[in-house]
Amino acid sequence: MKITLWGTRGSLASPGADTVRFGGNTSCISVEGSEGTLLVMDAGTGIRKLGISLPENLKRVDILLTHLHMDHLQGLPFFAPLRRPGVEVHIWGPASTTLGLSHRVLRYLSPPLFPVTLRELPSILHFHELPSELIEIGEFAITSQLVVHLNPTLGYRIVDGSTTFTYLPDHEPALGKSTFPRSKEWTSGYALAEGADILIHDSQYTTDEYQERIGFGHSSITQATLFAELAEAKKFVSFHHDPGHSDAMLDKMIRQASAEIRTALKLVPGMEGDIFDLTSGD
Amino acid sequence: MSQQEIEVILSRHLAEHLVMPIFIVDPAGDLIFYNQPAENILGCKYNETGLMPANKWSTIFEPVDQDGKPLSPEDLPLMIAISQHCPAHKTFWIRGMDGNLREIEATAFPLNAQAERFLGAVAIFWEVAK
Repeated sequence: MKITLWGTRGSLASPGADTVRFGGNTSCISVEGSEGTLLVMDAGTGIRKLGISLPENLKRVDILLTHLHMDHLQGLPFFAPLRRPGVEVHIWGPASTTLGLSHRVLRYLSPPLFPVTLRELPSILHFHELPSELIEIGEFAITSQLVVHLNPTLGYRIVDGSTTFTYLPDHEPALGKSTFPRSKEWTSGYALAEGADILIHDSQYTTDEYQERIGFGHSSITQATLFAELAEAKKFVSFHHDPGHSDAMLDKMIRQASAEIRTALKLVPGMEGDIFDLTSGD
Repeated sequence: MSQQEIEVILSRHLAEHLVMPIFIVDPAGDLIFYNQPAENILGCKYNETGLMPANKWSTIFEPVDQDGKPLSPEDLPLMIAISQHCPAHKTFWIRGMDGNLREIEATAFPLNAQAERFLGAVAIFWEVAK
């Protein structure tokens, strides 16, 4: 399994000289399986560059959306395979009690918010609603669950053979808790992250910032680290960086959080362009 | 280790922040959480008991109707919410841990979640003002 980070920023794209290393594009990750199956996690602005990098003869791609906030959807119409006739694009995302997934996605991808509708594109679109205990896409076994965030939001656990990757980009498991973490049974996202080789998790705030933004649906980097330790993940990749945080600020946050780790957990800064090749034990 | 569904976790968060007794049961009717005010009714602490089977919690209060006849567990609002997947409300009497009979009202609602998932039910109790 090879995981590439195409966008690591949260909330709003934030290009600029002070975000060059961590990157300014919003959430998008590609996951390539041992047999070549391609998954795309979220469709933030990072998906544009991913789309350009994909081979012309691509037949199918599966995009797994955690939720439909703009920072996870905005790049979708700029995804090159959508403009290629015959390419099968499967879009998976959270169900709603009101509108179907396709209707909700098309709310953004239609005039006046966007000049072209998805239906006008030549690729073949399929929409699938989740959560689901288990789906299989190629060599991947994928579990999805609703997690604590504003509006229905999914987290994903992706297994390829003996390797496990968990993706929780927008997640506030500490919400409503006087102490965190509490028991595994009562912690949002735990079942998805348990024992993961790589956990990519929301770490948007500093501890002080979180106190002013409780209920916004995100975690401090300290809470994310505690969550990763509770889940006994092997590697925690920080993600969904606040648009107001510079590279220097993120370096400092990661240094401080790393110093607090009391387990074998490894905290890795999530930077745009980073590749984690689990087949090579990365 | 299994994990509770997010709707159940959020229900517990709400219960922990309210001052009225609240019970949360799983689809089988087993009590999976009760808050501090509910501890006063049950006479035991959640941290000490953990999960409580339906046949235990539904009889522990000795619920009776206005004529003093015992109520069967399936007549309690929480069990109606579980069995019929609909809200239920009832006024009845229970014997508290102090031995006194109290008239209480209880409202229960099912946790019918998206994707046709049934996750259990929540009940809120309060004592009828005299």
